[in-house]
Amino acid sequence: MSLLELENVTLKFGGLTAVDRLSFSVEEGEVFAIVGPNGAGKSTVFNLISRFYDPYEGSIRFDGHDLLKVKPSGVAAYGVARTFQNIELFEHATVLQNLLVGRHRHRKSNLVSELFFTPSVKRQELENREKVEEIIDFLDLQAYRDKMIAGLPYGVRKVVEVARALATDPKLLLLDEPASGLSVEETTDMRWWIDDIRRQMGITVLMVEHDMGLVSGVSDRVLAMADGAKLALGTPAEVQSHPAVIEAYLGKAS
Amino acid sequence: MRIIFKTDYMQDIRPWKDGYQLSLYLILLAVMIAAPWWLDMFYLGELTNVLVWAIAGLGLMILTGHTGQASLGHAAFLAIGCYANVILLEAGVPFLLAFPLAGILTGVIGATIAIPALRLHGIYLAIFTLALSILMDDIIVLAEPITGGVAGKFISGVDIFGLTIDRWGTPTYFYWLVLVVTVLVTLGYINLLRAPLGRSFIAVRDSEVSAQAMGVDIARTKTISFGISCAVTGWAGALMGLYAGAFNNETFSVVISIQLLMMIVIGGLGSIHGAFFGAIVIGFLPQFLSISKEYVGALFGGDTVAIPGLEFGVFGMILIAFILFEPMGIYGRWLKIRTFFELFPFYRKDMFKRQKSYLKTERLR
Repeated sequence: MSLLELENVTLKFGGLTAVDRLSFSVEEGEVFAIVGPNGAGKSTVFNLISRFYDPYEGSIRFDGHDLLKVKPSGVAAYGVARTFQNIELFEHATVLQNLLVGRHRHRKSNLVSELFFTPSVKRQELENREKVEEIIDFLDLQAYRDKMIAGLPYGVRKVVEVARALATDPKLLLLDEPASGLSVEETTDMRWWIDDIRRQMGITVLMVEHDMGLVSGVSDRVLAMADGAKLALGTPAEVQSHPAVIEAYLGKAS
Repeated sequence: MRIIFKTDYMQDIRPWKDGYQLSLYLILLAVMIAAPWWLDMFYLGELTNVLVWAIAGLGLMILTGHTGQASLGHAAFLAIGCYANVILLEAGVPFLLAFPLAGILTGVIGATIAIPALRLHGIYLAIFTLALSILMDDIIVLAEPITGGVAGKFISGVDIFGLTIDRWGTPTYFYWLVLVVTVLVTLGYINLLRAPLGRSFIAVRDSEVSAQAMGVDIARTKTISFGISCAVTGWAGALMGLYAGAFNNETFSVVISIQLLMMIVIGGLGSIHGAFFGAIVIGFLPQFLSISKEYVGALFGGDTVAIPGLEFGVFGMILIAFILFEPMGIYGRWLKIRTFFELFPFYRKDMFKRQKSYLKTERLR
């Protein structure tokens, strides 16, 4: 059984069909990329998986659970973490605090024990810290640990967002344009990190990306979308040479 | 600059950075405990007033400063706390039970009110809570059999284990009572901020979408924040009632709500220090104005002419000045001054300048 299965998912905003009977599945342990021109509905697919939108029809299943039955805040509990296209970090908190929010789904303490900061809360905090430090080491964020997000450069914010998603200890990581706005060197770093996330941590990655170099470098399978519908699905090379994809990007030869 | 060499995760989890900082706070606490010996009775009363305002400020700070939900209605919760405390006392409940209950009751009412308010954001939430503050006036009048209506209620002193605590009779004991509550509330607040719940408040404040994606239940978090905020405010209200001795429907007016919000903005949103700095300004400004008015009056022979609205005019000017020149409040200014000396001579003028924020994901509301 696949880790994530979307079946016949349709989403309409009024008269506009943003996602049109889309079906695909992501296997455990693979890097799956979604590509397509602007407005193809790639980020909308992410927002559907995150349950920010309710699909008009279709089903989304993750790891045997029906995702459509959970609240948006319940998705993380199953092990789905995500980043955002336009960086949604907690601006007025430090990098460390941001990553610790990522540990929220592992919270066992309650209001009363936290008000008194009981030994069990302390133990939980130490555990959280250990996990978070592993991720800080993994993504080389040591220098920024106690810095406020508001003062960090764009490239670092991108990495912090990936780190925060990793801090939730996910099974599936959704990366929404991880390389947008990054320099060539930063993109290369991101490429190795995505590779390591899959190989060392065993996390399945689903990403939306425009940088074809990154996509063909790390992904096992690629889904090309246009106008909310599936154009092609296959290995990066297959998709890149698919006539429908070329047509969507470049138009028809007259 | 003190550079702290961290060798242990506990150094980040403990509320104080190092022994030096801890000793500073312990000295402050000792000085505060000893206040009755170095302050005359008038200023001790004023200091008590400042502490009561600080507790109320801490209450609002949880909601507005840390969860990002503006409230213009916290005077209503002050009133609920105050009336609940006095009504329980009149029913014969001992103070040590009535006081905590008054706060918890206010918290429960606050959390209940929060549920319909959850769908509102920003200015709309402010309007909703403003309405609440105005309504509270009428509710107190209408509920005359319980609240005493326009005539109001009176409270003289309370007993704790046979010890009479009275604002006028034993101001020293009353001061210590308020100080104990202040310290307890502050410690609880600190604990909350270093635990997952406090971090989820900050997460909701800064980005609801990503808080949700991290597994934070927005509605629940906001409700809890409202509840805690109102409980603390209720305790401040109960103490305010004891401090004033007499109160009616007009004691906790909308003006108090606005003053509370101004207080935390002036002090510095999103910091515990800010609530205290703001309380000092709000608490001492009326005294400062009346003293300086006398002084100026004596200088020009105008004597003590009452200038209507002087206090609010000055408050308003201070608020505008802060929003224009120091949006981070007194605490923000303090941080800048401290950094200047710590880094001397390397402080740069734009060190605290807000970075241009990048385009946010379209809010999924």
